[in-house]
Amino acid sequence: MTENIVTIRNVSIDYPLRKYTLRAVTNLSMDIKRGKITALVGESGSGKTTLSSSLIRCISEPGKVAEGEIVFYDTTDEGEKEIRVNELSEKEIRQFRWAKISMVFQAAQSALNPVMTVRQQLYETMTEHGLTLSKEQMEERCKELLGYVQLDSERVLNSYPHELSGGMKQRVMIAFALLLDPQLVILDEPTTALDVITQSYIFQLLKKINEEKHISMLLMTHDISVVARFADYIGVMYGGRLMEYGTVDEVFEKRRHPYTEGLIGATPSIIGDIGQMKPIEGSPPNLLDMPSGCVFHPRCPYCQEACMQEEPQTYQLQGGATCKCHLRRE
Amino acid sequence: MEKTKNKSAFLTKTLEIFKKIGRGIKIFFTKMYSNKKSAIGFSIILLYVIVAIVGPLLFPYDSTVNTANKYLAPSLEHPFGTDWMGLDVFRQVISGTSSVLQVAFFTAFLSIALGTVLGILSGYVGGWVDRVIMTIVNIFLSVPSFPVYLMMAALFTIETPITMALMISIFSWAGLCRAIRVQVISLKESDFIQICRVMNMSTGHIIFKEIMPNLFSYIAVNFVLILRGSILASVGIMLVGLASYNPTDWGVIIQAARMRGLMNVNNVIIMLYPLVAILIFQIAALMLSQGLDETINPRLKVL
Amino acid sequence: MQNEQTPLMQLKDINMHFKKPGLQLGSKNIHVLKDVNLDIYPGEIVAVIGESGCGKTTLGKIITGLFRPTSGEIWFDGKKVSGLFDKKINSYAQIQFIQQDSYAALNPVRTIYQSLYAPIKTMHRKWKKSQIDERIEELMSLIGLQPSEQFLTKYPHQLSGGQRQRILMARAISLDPKLIVADEPVSMIDVSLRLSLLNLMKELNAKLNMSFVYISHDLSTTRYIASSGRVCVMYLGEIVESGNIGDVIQTPRHPYTRALIQAVPIPDPRFKGEGKLPLKSMGVGSLESRTQGCAFEERCLYSCEKCFGSVKYVQTETASVLCNNLEAVPSHPIYKTD
Repeated sequence: MTENIVTIRNVSIDYPLRKYTLRAVTNLSMDIKRGKITALVGESGSGKTTLSSSLIRCISEPGKVAEGEIVFYDTTDEGEKEIRVNELSEKEIRQFRWAKISMVFQAAQSALNPVMTVRQQLYETMTEHGLTLSKEQMEERCKELLGYVQLDSERVLNSYPHELSGGMKQRVMIAFALLLDPQLVILDEPTTALDVITQSYIFQLLKKINEEKHISMLLMTHDISVVARFADYIGVMYGGRLMEYGTVDEVFEKRRHPYTEGLIGATPSIIGDIGQMKPIEGSPPNLLDMPSGCVFHPRCPYCQEACMQEEPQTYQLQGGATCKCHLRRE
Repeated sequence: MEKTKNKSAFLTKTLEIFKKIGRGIKIFFTKMYSNKKSAIGFSIILLYVIVAIVGPLLFPYDSTVNTANKYLAPSLEHPFGTDWMGLDVFRQVISGTSSVLQVAFFTAFLSIALGTVLGILSGYVGGWVDRVIMTIVNIFLSVPSFPVYLMMAALFTIETPITMALMISIFSWAGLCRAIRVQVISLKESDFIQICRVMNMSTGHIIFKEIMPNLFSYIAVNFVLILRGSILASVGIMLVGLASYNPTDWGVIIQAARMRGLMNVNNVIIMLYPLVAILIFQIAALMLSQGLDETINPRLKVL
Repeated sequence: MQNEQTPLMQLKDINMHFKKPGLQLGSKNIHVLKDVNLDIYPGEIVAVIGESGCGKTTLGKIITGLFRPTSGEIWFDGKKVSGLFDKKINSYAQIQFIQQDSYAALNPVRTIYQSLYAPIKTMHRKWKKSQIDERIEELMSLIGLQPSEQFLTKYPHQLSGGQRQRILMARAISLDPKLIVADEPVSMIDVSLRLSLLNLMKELNAKLNMSFVYISHDLSTTRYIASSGRVCVMYLGEIVESGNIGDVIQTPRHPYTRALIQAVPIPDPRFKGEGKLPLKSMGVGSLESRTQGCAFEERCLYSCEKCFGSVKYVQTETASVLCNNLEAVPSHPIYKTD
């Protein structure tokens, strides 16, 4: 078994607009480790949602992968197979989606159909993806999954989405994502709209799924505190680029990239010294008018001559960590 | 000395006002021509208006019957040919434009005014005012309009475009009123109106400065749509011969040609001219309304 | 020290009922706020914390006068204002409101300049245009949007979320209020910009001596802004714990507050938390099933028969806690800090 479940190599994603082309992700390479929780952290416009949608070829129109390749390492009983996501035909991608990689969306509200019961929707998803199960088998599968996400399956199956609370809906979404036994689940801001206590429960549940079912997870969030608590690996995105990547412990301890350092320093916490927290000056880059050189240089406290002119390469560091900074601070 | 000062101040002020109006017109035209649909639609409607005003001066309509010239084929002198009385069809259509457009614009102004005022009143004040207005609106919406037009046309004599417009607008304001009311109700609950109340702004300010500008695009689009609908309605009423106060109105031309008998191909051709004129106007109005929605609706603005 | 002053605003036994929408038979009113007491002193930052649906936004709207409570008294500046509400407080425009969604809070078809101009003109009818322009310029420099012409001529959708939020702050302080209610002002803002906005609010609080009521669900930002102020933790329409924010976060006493603080993730992988929250179940309480006793009873690990009777506030050394069985609740700090 390979160590990585997905490898992303030199991927760029473009949105051709009427007058210009918007590059949402630029020359990005990254690994998603099998059986681990990898987090992608970034602010709005950092390209994390675009990148993760490209894994299941669901980029919103008119975006498309302009360069690079995304490889999914499929492990079945027969062995291992490389799947190049960009080369799949329309028919193949429909079978690939949800069966291999599924997704939990931010707005569970709008992802569920308001006029169908949860049971109807679960059944529909199963038949849509060519699962040939009898009615009893389907019912059993639904009950098993809903029980697994700690929902009262009898009640929830017959409910319409509006009859469920926010936390319950999000758990239904997780059950949806697990329906076809995928190998990777993408979590797009899964708890943004939820309360802190519910958020904590959802993440405990996700962690349990990760540990018991060995499902790899890609968590996208803007909240670095959540990452610190639940993820194993972290990738920090800024302006469509991967600035830093490594294990959570290492990235938080070393803070090699100035943006990572700024982000951690700018996140208020309920412990520690308030005086040490300070905001990152300036504002996020405009994707249509990117700064020259390093995209972070206008906001970087360590900015030097070279940073303004030349975009730093991605330096490979020990243990698979990477950092995209001229300074390579250790 | 004092007087000249006052005079020059007055002059600069008027000049400023004219400049403002000029700037407004310029913005209006740039907005109109920034979108293909609204540009085409607006140009065509503008052309109709110009024809309605200038047309009768250039091609005055002469109603002397001359049966010797009956059913002439189109020629330079008679671009659309002549009818059974030897009258020039081209000049008839041109002189009818103004009558049709008058009815359309009067109707649009009347129903917009009625619909907007009552809609805002109903939505903003609420309570029993809302209930009374909505009951009236529902009555007008549920009664089929055309048979009532016919009945009313039979009861009252329609002699001017204004009475015609009054009659048509009685039915076209209700739908708009209801739509405006819904929008006002949702705007009333929006955060920026709540802030106005916290900031102790007057109701007048809230309605005219905060709510109205948000409705503007909707009203403009509806103006064009009502324009379109009222032409159909007025021509329809004319067509059934219930209000033939103007012998050159498009509806009357069609009606007269029909009465002469459609077995005669010449009459069918005569009928076609006003029909095509109506059709083009309809398409232009639809395009303009769509284009307007795209350009001035703030919610559709991207980048 | 603050108790020696007279409060700027006092809420006494505020109750709020909402009619349930719809016409079903047997539908009853929802009790959104229950016996809320709150004093706000001049120049103070008071934080109100709670989950969605706990009534914190309703409380904010009662303070600003947008809602009128079903029962209870409101005193402002030594005057009782319940009864003839809107007029008495707001004709002086002394309480202002900053909303969560900066896009919805600005009229989309009016420029920033128009949105700022109108309230000042309403307040100061005699001011000339140049005076108002000067005031707007001053406000823009206060909130740090310079050069101001770049922003004033724009429409809300042309500005970023952070910039819009600053405009909302400028509008709120433009009438020199004594009290500003800020309802989740940074929850829709990017992380890297949040802190500078909170700093701005702290600065305005210090410079202009305005009191702030900071309403939020996020304890971390609350601790940052109200670093030495008071916090009120709300649960299903009641204030369950109130006290100095440092003490409440370090050693929470109410069982709900304890669970809440354990659930807050910390941006440091060395503090992964204890894992299981001290709660009975994942279920969320509902306002509709309110009983006589403690609203938190059904989720509480420490509930006993005492909890079914009416609940009273207990004064501890640091906080006031709404709990009948406080002896059973652990009192050690959640995180040991060196």
